[in-house]
Amino acid sequence: MTSVTDRQKLQYIAAQAADARVNVELETEGMTLNLGPQHPATHGTLRIIAQLDGEQVVHAEPVAGYMHRGYEKLTEVRTYPQITTLVNRIDWLGSFANEVPFILAAEQLMEVEAPERAMWIRTILFELSRISNLILFLGDMGVQLGAVTPVFFAFRDREFVLDQIEAATGGRFHPNFDRIGGLKDDLPKGWLESTKGSMDKVREFCDQIEDLLLGSEIFQARTRGIGIVPADVAMQYGLSGANARASGIDWDIRRDNCIGLAYPELDWKVWKHTDGDSFARFWVRIQEVREAAKMVDQLCDGLPAGPVMAKVPRIIKVPAGEAYVATENPLGEMGYYIVSEGELTPFRVKIRSASFSNMSITPWLLRGVYVPDIITILGSLYFILGDIDR
Amino acid sequence: MTNDASVTEAAPAEEVATDETREARLATISESLGEMLVDSHIATGRDIWVRVSTDAWGAVADVVRNRLGLRYFGFLSVIDWMPSPYGRSMDSEVDIVLADAAPSDEATSSDEASDTGFNRGVTGGETRFQAFARVSHVGDPGDFWGLTIKADIPDETLAIDTWTNVYAGADWHEREAWEMFGIQFTGHPGLRNIYLPTDFEGNPMRKDFPLLARMVKPWPGIVDVEPLPTISDGAEEGDQ
Repeated sequence: MTSVTDRQKLQYIAAQAADARVNVELETEGMTLNLGPQHPATHGTLRIIAQLDGEQVVHAEPVAGYMHRGYEKLTEVRTYPQITTLVNRIDWLGSFANEVPFILAAEQLMEVEAPERAMWIRTILFELSRISNLILFLGDMGVQLGAVTPVFFAFRDREFVLDQIEAATGGRFHPNFDRIGGLKDDLPKGWLESTKGSMDKVREFCDQIEDLLLGSEIFQARTRGIGIVPADVAMQYGLSGANARASGIDWDIRRDNCIGLAYPELDWKVWKHTDGDSFARFWVRIQEVREAAKMVDQLCDGLPAGPVMAKVPRIIKVPAGEAYVATENPLGEMGYYIVSEGELTPFRVKIRSASFSNMSITPWLLRGVYVPDIITILGSLYFILGDIDR
Repeated sequence: MTNDASVTEAAPAEEVATDETREARLATISESLGEMLVDSHIATGRDIWVRVSTDAWGAVADVVRNRLGLRYFGFLSVIDWMPSPYGRSMDSEVDIVLADAAPSDEATSSDEASDTGFNRGVTGGETRFQAFARVSHVGDPGDFWGLTIKADIPDETLAIDTWTNVYAGADWHEREAWEMFGIQFTGHPGLRNIYLPTDFEGNPMRKDFPLLARMVKPWPGIVDVEPLPTISDGAEEGDQ
C-alpha cells in the first residue's frame, strides 16, 4: 500500500469542497444579452441574442437579415455582364474575388476560356483582394481585444494594396473588372513594379502585427484554447477557407480544384494549424497574407504576354446547362451555382457565400463560452455581413 | 435504369475523351445509393449530378456522408422551375405583366419550359420545386471532389426531409429555403425566418413572386438605350 502524500490529500479535500459548493449553489437567474446590431465585431449589422447563466452563454442566436439585398432574386432579371456589378457587393472588402467564380461558372457553360494573360492578371487581382481583405482582419482582431493600434496600421497599409487595385481597375472597392472571356483592360504601365513594391509593405505589416499581437501575452491568453472547432464539426457546418485550415483540414480550393486561375504555376504552400482555436485562425490568416504576397511577386515576374480578352459574342447568351464553380475567397469557399436556360439572364443563381456557412456554426460554438470570448470568437471566425446577407 | 442513358447523353459526340475518374465515381455512387438513385449526369471534366427519389432524400444524406465520405457540407437550396410569369429577360417584349394578371398556372408554365428544351435541369424531374445540395470530399489533397444531389419536392405537400440530423450545417440553409420558397423540411428543429421580418408574407424566391422594383419602375433597358446589336453580329470581338 502506497502512502498518501500531503499533496494528494489536499487535492482530495479541494475536490470535495468543490463538489459541496456546486451542490449548495443557488440557481442563477438567466439573463439575455443583446449584442449588436451595431457592434464593431460584427462587420456590418449582425445581432446576437445570448442567453446567459452567470458569465456563461447558454444559448446564442445570431440574427441576420438586416442587410439582405436579395441578390439571388435580382440576378434573375439581370444580364450576365450586369451581375458582376451586383456580386461585387457581397464581400465588400475583397470585391474582385466575388466576381471571379461567377465569371468562371458562366465561362464554363459557354465553353469559353480566358487568354493566359487574363488568367494571370485575374490571379494577381484575386490575391490583392485577399491581402486587402485579410489585412483589415489582422488589424481588426486587435481591436476586438482592446488593442487599438493595429487597426490603424491595417487601414494605413491596406491603402497601398487598394491603390494598386484602383490603378488597375479604376475602383478601390468595387472593381467590376472581370468579363466573360477575360478582363476589361490590360494593366497600366509600370503597374507590376509598383505592385511588387507594395508587397514589401505588406510583408512589413505582417511582421509588425506579429510583433504587436501574436507574441503578446494578453493576445495569447484571450485566444488560445478559445472557441475550438474540431475538424469534423467544421466540415458538417461547411466551414471553409482559413477557418477550416485552422481546424487541421488540409484543403484549399486554389490547390485542389483550381479552375481558370494561375495557381498551379506558382510555388506556394497551404498553411494549416491543428489547434482549431481563435489563435489558430488568426495565425493561419497571417501566413496566408504572406503567402499571397509571395504569389503576387511570382505572378508579376512571370506574367505572360498576349491579349486579355477572348473572342466572345457581343451579346452574352449562356447556353442551357448547370454549373457550379467555387474559388478560395478571402473568407472561404465562395461558389455560384448557375442554372441557365439559354437566355440573356440566368434562370437561377445560388450564391454559396463563405460567411453564411462560417456563421452558422456560432450557436454551436458559443454555447458555454464566457461573454468576453464571444467577441474574440466572432472576430476570429471573420465574417462580412454582406457575405451572410447576400 | 435511366442512369446509363443520361451518362451517354452527357458526353457530347465531339467530346471523345471520356471522363474515367468521374465515371468510376458515379459507379460507386450508384452502387451505394442503389434504388434511391433516379437519374444522374456527368459533365465531362467538370462535375457529377445525381437525382434521388423524394422519399430517400433524408437517407441519402447519411449514405453520402458516412459511406461515400462526402463529409463537407457545401450548401442546400431549392429551385423553382416554373418560368417567371412576369417575363425575366431584358429582351422580352413585355417586361411587366400587371399584378392583376394572375400568375399562370402549372399547365402553361410547363409548356413554356419544354419550349426551351430545358426542363428541370440536367437530371430531369417532374415537380415544380426541386431541392438540391452540394457536398464534397475535402481534407485529402489530390482527391477533392464534389457532388450535387437533387430531389423532387411533391407539389401537394411541398415538404421534404431535413438534413440537419446528418449535416448540422443544413440548419440555416433549410431555414433560408423555407422562407424563400415555402418548402417544409420535415424534422427540422426550428424553421423560422432568417433574413425576412417575421411578419413578411409570401415566398420571395418563388418565380411568381413579383420583383416589386420592376413593378414600380419598368426595366429602362427597353426604352432608354439604343437597341443592342442583333445576335448575328455576335461573332466579332467582345465590346470593351
